[in-house]
Amino acid sequence: MNAKGKVHKFGDNVDTDVIIPARYLNTASHKELAAHCMEDIDKEFVNNVKDGDIMVATKNFGCGSSREHAPIAIKASGISCVIASSFARIFYRNAINIGLPIIECPEAAEAINDGDTVSIDFNTGVITDETTGESFKGEPFPEFIQNIIQKGGLINSIK
Amino acid sequence: MGMTMSQKILAAHAGLDEVKAGQLIEAKLDLVLGNDVTTPVAINVFEQNGATSVFDNTKIALIMDHFTPNKDIKAATQVKQSREFADKYNIKNYRDVGGMGIEHALLPEMGLVGPGCLCIGADSHTCTYGALGAFSTGVGSTDMCAGMMSGKAWFKVPAAIKFNLVGKPRGFVAGKDIILHIIGKIGVDGALYKSMEFAGEGVKYLNIDDRLCIANMAIEAGAKNGIFPVDDITREYCDGRYQGTPVEYAADDDAVYDEEYTIDLSEIRPTVAFPHLPENTRTVDEIGDTEVKIDQVVIGSCTNGRISDLRAAAEILKGKTIARGVRCIVIPGTQKIWQQAMHEGLFDIFVDAGAVVSTPTCGPCLGGHMGILAAGERAVSTTNRNFVGRMGHVDSEVYLASPAVAAASAVTGYITNPEKV
Repeated sequence: MNAKGKVHKFGDNVDTDVIIPARYLNTASHKELAAHCMEDIDKEFVNNVKDGDIMVATKNFGCGSSREHAPIAIKASGISCVIASSFARIFYRNAINIGLPIIECPEAAEAINDGDTVSIDFNTGVITDETTGESFKGEPFPEFIQNIIQKGGLINSIK
Repeated sequence: MGMTMSQKILAAHAGLDEVKAGQLIEAKLDLVLGNDVTTPVAINVFEQNGATSVFDNTKIALIMDHFTPNKDIKAATQVKQSREFADKYNIKNYRDVGGMGIEHALLPEMGLVGPGCLCIGADSHTCTYGALGAFSTGVGSTDMCAGMMSGKAWFKVPAAIKFNLVGKPRGFVAGKDIILHIIGKIGVDGALYKSMEFAGEGVKYLNIDDRLCIANMAIEAGAKNGIFPVDDITREYCDGRYQGTPVEYAADDDAVYDEEYTIDLSEIRPTVAFPHLPENTRTVDEIGDTEVKIDQVVIGSCTNGRISDLRAAAEILKGKTIARGVRCIVIPGTQKIWQQAMHEGLFDIFVDAGAVVSTPTCGPCLGGHMGILAAGERAVSTTNRNFVGRMGHVDSEVYLASPAVAAASAVTGYITNPEKV
């Protein structure tokens, strides 16, 4: 499994309220949620994002609420992977459970610039910034998480 | 190797004699919780996967609290979906307008959580129940759905940070000041993926409402859970209330902690978290008398909507008048708290001062309804998050504080030390 796309870069402590503001939580529609993704931190994000693009942020990405609407909105907006220095724990679980690939790599998260083209090999955890030529080694998913993803998410894995 | 209190509860529910930090386990759940925002997503997953039954209709709680009484048609539709699901599967603890409350105020009050129980909830503040000696943590809707189907969840056993509480809090200092002080010290990711275990002789000076408030905000330090030892205060609260069988776990003497902090409660001052992170704390002594002018005060939420919180606010507001230009909104956490506050005469104090009293709801805490901020407005709020746009417009600001600081600020129109009112 691989991903490749253009980077949308964010900073520390990107919280679930800016990923998808609570005023839009009166719907569970993936399309409607995607239409407001990142709206309170970057109004242009939804206009600029293209299928396959990659989100990069520094520490504690997805902190705050347990709303699964947050990874859903990111995934439905077209993002193929989120790279961060660290993730808030509920977001981490939710992303795996709904099948949004995420990868922790502080070095990559710091070095990669907005607009760079980045590719990721999920089996090895290798992240390559094709714009700068730098490459980084992220943590690949542990086996039990790979199992959940291979089975198509948590629910399929417990059926 | 010794285990922490959290690890012991997880081990017992996984049927294991011992667990270690980092170990992956599957554990049996005593309670699965959802609200009107997260339950519909869980129901969609449930139905998409062709599930036809829940593991135990008495061990699921669906509490309609975030946007209720329904703020708009979409919110009403989500509650309707949840209600129909509850009817179809005969979910015993479905609570809606009239019988509801803010979930984390309501569940302890109903006796659905207690010492030694293992609970997951599709709400990040599910960590509140650690106040009662439970292992309780927030998850998303898919985990909630899996929990409703199977009665189980997978966990990565957390490492822990120990907070040794010493001394007795002074003056107006309450649970909120203590947890804001701690988050200010360790940061919003200071306990990421870990348990925050509170211990020490200072615990005995904290009533249940203070402990619920402290455990509630463990998530604001990134923690998986916050937990208090079980003592006479816990036993008195749970006796005759908790519907399960209380099991008291205590950390081993040789339990391993990643870090240990000693927190002297007698040195903590009333504390406020400035925008836009709960770690941006200052004591009231570090804030000028007319430095932060405010437009709104909110006293309520799963953090501070309990009876002691309302009493603390009323003590300050008695015989006073809310400053001109400030809206003061009081939101009791549950119907019972509402009724108790009314019987104690607190509503007269609030209304005479010029405040309003709302039905229980999460409402403004997450910018849902019942007190949304316009661009440029500032609120002092007893809630738990002050992120960008949390209570309304992206250019509004939320300052987190205790009920005493919030009430004092309502009187002056500026963030105010309650000692000065």
